[in-house]
Amino acid sequence: MDIIQQIVSGDVRTIARILRDIDDELPSSRSVLQRLYPHTGKAHVIGFTGSPGVGKSTLVDQIAGFYRKESKTVGILAVDPTSPFTGGAILGDRIRMQRHFLDPGVFIRSLATRGQFGGLSKSTNDMVNVLDAAGKDVILVETVGVGQDEVEIANSAHTTVLVTIPGMGDDIQAIKAGIMEIGNIFVVNKADREGSRKTVRELMNLIEINSRRRNGDDWEPQIVETEAMKGRGIDKLYETIEKHRTFLQATGSEKWREVVEKRTKIQLMGALRDEAFKAVLERIEARGDSIDELVRRIVDRELDPYTAVEQIVDKGLR
Amino acid sequence: MANARKLRILVAKPGLDGHDRGARVVARAFRDAGFEVVYTGCHQTPEQIVSTAIQEDVDLIGLSILSGAHRYSFPRVIELLKENNAEDISVIGGGIFPMEDIPRLKEAGIKEIFEPGAKLGEIIEWVGTNISPRMDADESGSARVSG
Ligand SMILES: Nc1nc2c(ncn2[C@@H]2O[C@H](COP(=O)(O)OP(=O)(O)OP(=O)(O)O)[C@@H](O)[C@H]2O)c(=O)[nH]1
Ligand SMILES: [Mg+2]
Repeated sequence: MDIIQQIVSGDVRTIARILRDIDDELPSSRSVLQRLYPHTGKAHVIGFTGSPGVGKSTLVDQIAGFYRKESKTVGILAVDPTSPFTGGAILGDRIRMQRHFLDPGVFIRSLATRGQFGGLSKSTNDMVNVLDAAGKDVILVETVGVGQDEVEIANSAHTTVLVTIPGMGDDIQAIKAGIMEIGNIFVVNKADREGSRKTVRELMNLIEINSRRRNGDDWEPQIVETEAMKGRGIDKLYETIEKHRTFLQATGSEKWREVVEKRTKIQLMGALRDEAFKAVLERIEARGDSIDELVRRIVDRELDPYTAVEQIVDKGLR
Repeated sequence: MANARKLRILVAKPGLDGHDRGARVVARAFRDAGFEVVYTGCHQTPEQIVSTAIQEDVDLIGLSILSGAHRYSFPRVIELLKENNAEDISVIGGGIFPMEDIPRLKEAGIKEIFEPGAKLGEIIEWVGTNISPRMDADESGSARVSG
């Protein structure tokens, strides 16, 4: 059987291997992605993002359970940070998802950020496309943190769930400072802890302030309190996620199309940026130069950064 | 400028005892050696371990055990890998074993056994020399034909 057919028919080993090839940036993975693309566009992609340890994996595990009850198939991508010192990683999100290990309707893949040049969001998007083509009805993407890369991943989901816990002032600040817009649903997990109501109120205020910028027919961000470990509030979260999907897909509504176009644009821009940057770096190396060498000359005032960029871009892209 | 393949390792702990300190220490050592480690916690059945190894496309499974369940679980992992056309994934074990069991485990297909005295550096070195990331890009579904 052809590799595309194997993926589309859901062959686990083939899917697992192509995901690895994408992660490792094997050139051969591109042709597979090209041929898979016509099979994509059916899955509902849901991003879960938030600071370390707030309970994202536990929530993903629980939500996956709800979708399985509806006989929907689920793909899970769980992203963990890479050690900046060794390039290695411990990918531990699966610990919270054990009950799905033997369910053929759930495919779980852990990946490390390997972070450079926004490569994370690109490979995550590509992996989402594979799981989409493989027929997963729902794809849950877990990312740690509230940095630019995570925002970009979140932006490439149809529905974005921002997870926080009581007493995380830094999270509220980050939300205030710019990631407010990307959250369709805000979860206050560990609601068993003190201060949950207060966090909910703070979020409500932020949503209120932001609402002035929204159009009348926009989605009003929702807040859900959960205790993921005990399974409390998950039914409400599931309903809210589904409500968001229904809102996007309502008949006559252009919302789904809007979101899909936004996702596609982000992905296209990201891919262009990556490729253009790679091409430029390769040209720099090809003429026996390097970024570090340029930096040295700039610091020594032999060169200024403006001319450096002008020269590189001129020579790199023409 | 393509990335080199990263070695991916599943560290799993079959059996009923809930002490995974040893497994965590090894997982951390693997990370510090630059490997990507999928860690799944305690109480894993051989079925769960093999399913995870396949979904995560690891090159190596490291089984850690204290409770004596190795006589069943180790060979069972090998058997399940074969059933799933995944015998190209290597398996090693660490923990406490009666001496006389070791040859039998190796015969069953466990590549190497590390006893509690084994130094972390020793394990890392063994992995570095004996296990390399899968290289074939397009070949899929079926097991590799080693030549
Ligand atoms: N008290 C309390 N603890 C919880 C709750 N939900 C999850 N936890 C615990 O919080 C810890 C972290 O949970 P995870 O689900 O691993 O959190 P995460 O956000 O995925 O963590 P990272 O992936 O490491 O960033 C675990 O020990 C959970 O058992 C909750 O509702 N209440
Ligand atoms: Mg997690």
